[in-house]
Amino acid sequence: MFPKWFDKWNRENPTNIYGPAILVGAAGVAVTVAAFLVVVGQPFKTESLQSGPRGTGMSRAEFVSDLAKPDPTIEVMYSEAPYVPEGGEAKASEIYQNVQVLGDLTEDNFNRLMLAMTDWVAPDQGCAYCHGDVDVEEYGNDDLYTKVVARRMLQMTQNINENWDGHVNANKQVGVTCYTCHRGQNVPSDIWFRMGAVNEAAGGWAAVQNRVTVQSQYTSLPSDALETFLLDYGRIGVHNLEAHVAEYPDEEGVTTWQDTERTFSLMNYVANSLGVNCVFCHNTRAFYDPEQVTPQWSTEQLGIGMVQEMNNDYLVPLEEVYPPERLGPVFADAPKAACKTCHKGYQQPLQGTNVIADWPELATTGAPVYE
Amino acid sequence: MAEYQNIFTQVQVQGKPEWGMATENAEQERTRKAGFSTLIGWIGNAQLGPVWLGWTGMVSIAAGILALNIIGLNMLAQVGWSIPEFIRQLFWLALEPPSPEYGLRMPPLNEGGWYIIASFFLLISVMSWWARTYLLAMEHKMGKHVFWAFGSAIWLFLVLGLFRPILMGSWSEAVPYGIFPHLDWTTAFSIRYGNLYYNPFHALSIVFLYGSVLLFAMHGATILAVTRYGGDRELEQIIDRGTATERAALFWRWTMGFNATMEGIHRWAWWFAVLTPITGGIGILLTGTVVDNWFIWAQEHHFAPMYDGSYGYEAYGSYETFIGQEN
Repeated sequence: MFPKWFDKWNRENPTNIYGPAILVGAAGVAVTVAAFLVVVGQPFKTESLQSGPRGTGMSRAEFVSDLAKPDPTIEVMYSEAPYVPEGGEAKASEIYQNVQVLGDLTEDNFNRLMLAMTDWVAPDQGCAYCHGDVDVEEYGNDDLYTKVVARRMLQMTQNINENWDGHVNANKQVGVTCYTCHRGQNVPSDIWFRMGAVNEAAGGWAAVQNRVTVQSQYTSLPSDALETFLLDYGRIGVHNLEAHVAEYPDEEGVTTWQDTERTFSLMNYVANSLGVNCVFCHNTRAFYDPEQVTPQWSTEQLGIGMVQEMNNDYLVPLEEVYPPERLGPVFADAPKAACKTCHKGYQQPLQGTNVIADWPELATTGAPVYE
Repeated sequence: MAEYQNIFTQVQVQGKPEWGMATENAEQERTRKAGFSTLIGWIGNAQLGPVWLGWTGMVSIAAGILALNIIGLNMLAQVGWSIPEFIRQLFWLALEPPSPEYGLRMPPLNEGGWYIIASFFLLISVMSWWARTYLLAMEHKMGKHVFWAFGSAIWLFLVLGLFRPILMGSWSEAVPYGIFPHLDWTTAFSIRYGNLYYNPFHALSIVFLYGSVLLFAMHGATILAVTRYGGDRELEQIIDRGTATERAALFWRWTMGFNATMEGIHRWAWWFAVLTPITGGIGILLTGTVVDNWFIWAQEHHFAPMYDGSYGYEAYGSYETFIGQEN
């Protein structure tokens, strides 16, 4: 392989290069790393947000470099201050045909909201996405499914802002608009569908888990957690609240480690949706104990109730309205929402940006209040 | 001159294979080939073989292969017999125990029935191998220490898969056969029963586990350190104490005032290792049968401390400051 003179020279000059090479190499690397750390500093600085008593490990750590990057969708969010009515203006319901939800708005505010919805949901397709490629006179028609869905979504948004104030405005007024979920997309990201059995040739407990799915958040935990808890009102708590309880797993209503895996799957989904960890809400030494949870735990309880209502009262009933390409791959079911659909990985959606301030029309199911 | 070294052996003894004792049925029971491998000589004895399998070994390997194949084929069936998917999802896949409603009855094959069958063969395999450790020790007229040590591990194995499910009245309580899924079981089991860290037997098991590691490191280091005085010949040093033993003993006595003996250190190590699964098994057996919430149990027995301080990040900082919106 090598020229003869090279082999010959090596034979005549035997040297143990391994000993000193490893030593010198290791020392050299150590000096370089030390010098680097002294000069440049810790390259992966972290910042933490404590969420419980000292000694419990309740803290959320993030890289400073990640924290420095704001949610990019905040900057491109469209918003416009309302035109405060002076009284006497004609209402949208009097000017346009078939205005079922926003009929109380003045023409200016109605058009302002229509424009915003276009930007939030269908920036590429524009008005035609819901109204079709027709003259303005025919905008009252309900020919397209998108318009029917949009109307229901307006009602859902108003309902969330009005009746789930305890969740969405838990920290301060932020509210939700179409943009909170849609972020400029026709279909919001992080929606979910029922999956059913994810394993072939298996039934019952063995069929619904141990596969890499979005619903299981790529873990081997059950993939039916969102369905069980956020659609079917399944029982989330798994603990006995006494040290000794006489019960057996095969009895009705007794929770098992298998139920615990499903709850864990939901909790893991929630944590990932918010970019937090267990200790954001719980002191993990006693998950169930209401005396050792943070206020965010209560906010989350309301959030679960809110999502259950959104799915069952608003999203699932739209199943017949959607064209096939909008339905789920397994059961052809309507797309559903959960934590991540709004939060998108952030502790507060849009990092706590007040999105509702400009939109009193979306803040209430009744007539809007302008200030 | 080359010096004999006893770990990562630089000088390998290779020659005519050493066949061991000739017994009545040795010719039938053990394999007929023995060779040498330089590679394995680096980490131990360079001689490979013969293996004394015996009938227990044959039964054990046959049953074990059956169990493994049932598990593997079930996993393969779950991904629709796709080899690439099988490889891709291998760490996620599992053969799961039945759902709780089947109790101790035989469930349908695809809902845990295969799990019961695989467990049965695994049980035969493990117990047969256990018998083998006894028979081989007998063959060599040895004490049965390996047999009992393996028995302690089998105790934990039986608690997890046999005793506790029977006490709970359901095979669903058993542990899934899968890489990630068995870890899911572990987490879920701890959470379901109110945090296993407050189970004193779990604590004891951890003590013995970490203690085993510590003892192993201390003993290994000590022997290596006195090898130059013949300390690696531990059996000789036990019956005829030499300067190696004296130095090793003195080292530890001067370090911590106490030293084990050349023989006693092996009893320390054996008991620490054996007590790890014994105490762990007791802890598992009590969970869900006797105690249903270990944290509340710990509160009742006054060893779950309360912490002073507020819950919720608002008491320590604001989200806005954290994400750099305010200073």
